[in-house]
Amino acid sequence: MEWIYEPWPWYVSGVMIALVMFLLIMVGKNFGMSGNLRTICSICGAGNKAGFFQFDWKAQRWNLIVVLGTIIGGFIAHEFLMIDDSVAINSDTVADLQSLGFKSAGKAYLPETLFSLEAFTDIKSLSLLIIGGFLVGFGARYAGGCTSGHAISGLSNLQVPSLLAVIGFFIGGLLMIHFIFPLLF
Amino acid sequence: MKRTLAYLLIGIVFGITMMKSEAASWFRIYEMFKFDSFHMYGIIGIAFFLGVIMTQIIKHYKVKSLYGETIQFPPKQKKVLRYAFGGIIFGFGWALAGACPGPMFTLLGAGFLPVGILIVAALAGTFVYGLLKDKLPH
Repeated sequence: MEWIYEPWPWYVSGVMIALVMFLLIMVGKNFGMSGNLRTICSICGAGNKAGFFQFDWKAQRWNLIVVLGTIIGGFIAHEFLMIDDSVAINSDTVADLQSLGFKSAGKAYLPETLFSLEAFTDIKSLSLLIIGGFLVGFGARYAGGCTSGHAISGLSNLQVPSLLAVIGFFIGGLLMIHFIFPLLF
Repeated sequence: MKRTLAYLLIGIVFGITMMKSEAASWFRIYEMFKFDSFHMYGIIGIAFFLGVIMTQIIKHYKVKSLYGETIQFPPKQKKVLRYAFGGIIFGFGWALAGACPGPMFTLLGAGFLPVGILIVAALAGTFVYGLLKDKLPH
């Protein structure tokens, strides 16, 4: 039974993501997570400030249930299906991250530098998390979707706009890691 | 009620998948952008490959949903600038935060509380986009 605690190889993971998309399609829905952020804004009353948030958010309640499941799934996986949650990344990547000051590289699931509880009080970690999260939310809505909506659903439907968006994701990610990280860390 | 349970179960499978595949790990995202591992490319590649096949089959045979409804694949708007600018901005955030919107919720469930900061900030980003939408080039 030890295998149950092991991380999943890429081929199992890829099949499982395709299965999630398949199940959502078969219950008449589409796979896309970032739309939930807009729905939550609307529920919080953002419609009073911008027309973008005046839409029939009740029709999106199903997707919020999926989000709730996603949270529960994270809990189940972390509590019951993992003993050691360190991520065995490439040793070159570990060396590279350690030189940037990420001491927990190769020994944790998330970097201590950004995600330890001190992040709530450390100005640098807090700022980086706020900026990172903000760009994800802003960019996902600007691009009309995130990794699930464009890279998985959109590309699967051979949508050229999704290909453009995914190329954008990579340009942004590569610029951030290769040119901006050396300035930040 | 039955449908609600189905959505919840699908979400749970998705959450477990994000966690166990390590796609929710900041380190895996960094490693991907460094081209140091095939892991993330393999995951997205397989999901894409199977996704294309299932989408084509469903469209070709006009497969109905489990509830007998016609399955629709809403086409994306034919625009360029919004995907280029929005995509690059999303990419900046994805690499820095090391999580996209799905995994953020997974990580919160897994007990990484500072991820809550990411979620609140992502909501703020969505809100600001909504405010500026009509002024931005699409």
